[in-house]
Amino acid sequence: MSLTFLARKVGWALLTLWFILSVNFFLFRIMPGDPVALLARSQRLSPEALARQRELFGLDQPIPQQYLTYLSETLTGNLGVSILSGREVMSMVADRMWPTILLVGLGTLIAAVVGVMLGMRAGWRRGSGIDNGSLYGSLLLYATPEGWLGMMLLILFAGALGWFPAGGYSSAESGGGVGDVTSHLALPVLTLALGYVGQFFIVMRASMIDVKSQDYIRLARAKGLADPVVRRRHAAPNAILPTITLVVLSFGFVLGGAIVIETVFSWPGLGLLTYQAIQTLDYPVLQAVFLLSSGAVIVANLIADIAYGLLDPRVEQI
Amino acid sequence: MSRGWNAYRRNRRGLIGLIVLIAFGVIAVLSPLLVPPDSLDPSSATGTPNSPPTAGYPLGTDSFGRSVLSLLIVGTRVSLTVGLAATAAAVFIGATFGLLSGYYGGTAIDRVLGALIDWFLVIPWLVLAIVMAAILGPTLLNVIIVIAVTSWALTARVVRAQTLSVRELPFVERARALGARDTTILTRHVVPSVFPVIFAQAVLTVAIAILSETTLSILGLGDPTSVSWGRTIEEAFSGGAMANGYWWWIVPPGLAVVCVTLAFTLCGYALEEVLDPRLRD
Repeated sequence: MSLTFLARKVGWALLTLWFILSVNFFLFRIMPGDPVALLARSQRLSPEALARQRELFGLDQPIPQQYLTYLSETLTGNLGVSILSGREVMSMVADRMWPTILLVGLGTLIAAVVGVMLGMRAGWRRGSGIDNGSLYGSLLLYATPEGWLGMMLLILFAGALGWFPAGGYSSAESGGGVGDVTSHLALPVLTLALGYVGQFFIVMRASMIDVKSQDYIRLARAKGLADPVVRRRHAAPNAILPTITLVVLSFGFVLGGAIVIETVFSWPGLGLLTYQAIQTLDYPVLQAVFLLSSGAVIVANLIADIAYGLLDPRVEQI
Repeated sequence: MSRGWNAYRRNRRGLIGLIVLIAFGVIAVLSPLLVPPDSLDPSSATGTPNSPPTAGYPLGTDSFGRSVLSLLIVGTRVSLTVGLAATAAAVFIGATFGLLSGYYGGTAIDRVLGALIDWFLVIPWLVLAIVMAAILGPTLLNVIIVIAVTSWALTARVVRAQTLSVRELPFVERARALGARDTTILTRHVVPSVFPVIFAQAVLTVAIAILSETTLSILGLGDPTSVSWGRTIEEAFSGGAMANGYWWWIVPPGLAVVCVTLAFTLCGYALEEVLDPRLRD
């Protein structure tokens, strides 16, 4: 892997990060009304209190000064103070991070495994029952809003059948052990996995179809190898490259992807934190979420680029 | 044009999608006749609240006593309007950026526009949408703006790729050799060639726009005064439909979203297959 390739990718990531920081800053200042006016809308404050808030948030300083302050504070981990709770946003985010990582990590993993296995078989045998069935299934899932899907699963499995609890992280009686959390985790993870499985399936299927027409596959068959062996040992490892990229990129959407599901299932992660911040117009929290989720996507893109460069030597020229 | 239609006609999935869309379109257009506007006023509803489907109320009632079927019919018009308006804006912006970026590919213009497109693709759409919606306020127009801002980049990327390849075609080279100005080449040669791709992208974008509006409404960021399907789902959710099992209130609007989104997606894919026979399965 050449140093210029690496340097260029990292440089691009840093540039994008700076762009996101700037967008974050200006978004809350060019919108109608400044941040304190947002505050004034949701809580009633006296003019002196408003002026004090202005000072606190540094809004009485000239914009370029605010911008530099914002950059230096953010890069040192100071993400401000929540309007609603008065706590430091950084510590609020740290508290809620693990449940979201658990949910999205597990869900993406399951979706990737199932998607790859189905896509592998579907691409290998185009037009077969498994191919058509999976294609239509993916299409149907794509058209389904994930929030509503979660609600349907809740009604069916928690409401009607009573197999799983109806939301939250753990029950008071059961005390929050692994089994308890798992049963609370099951439906949200299922919803998330159903939402993602389609794209993994389609990508794996497409690259499998591509690979199948390659010469080395014909050679393997001519050697007399059995069909499953050809598929598993020769086709799949090559076909899986784009899927790996997709998996890494999907982890980048860790924060943005869980908002609706966490809201529906009352799962105490960053998504639910975002939803609560919407209700109260807690803009420091919203700013932090915007920054973190975009940052995660940038980092994931960078890792995916580097990984692809490592795995596929042909990529260096890009 | 008719050749395209003949090719499209042979695509069964595309036809099913088209028929479904026409059906929903008719409902949307006729909705003021089918449902008198004041029957949606929560304070004047006449049905018993939260009752399951009966002869008079084929889909039951919500917690205000309004007919869920009426909500669904009015929701058709709202959801389709938002979806189409947001798509029009998104595709207009995206196609413009994509055309300019692709036509001037490799130059400074492309570097800047292309970077802008890539950057917008990096931002998770829902987070940007939430931030914008929270600041702009919950009106229908704002929802349309928010969806347009978060969806234009996808169209831009596809259009850019297509423009890059159209640019290399012989008739474009010939026009340039004859001394035609850039604007002439763009409007008379490039755009007509790229237009079918733009159109297919637009159809697919409507599906995304409708899903986005539904998600935003479920999160409570939609317009509280308009009755989109997403809004009905949100009202059902917070109105205890799940705890109390009011399935007639919460299931139909979601099914409606699935049907329409599926229809647009099928049509979009069919259009893509018609345009590029290599894609046919």
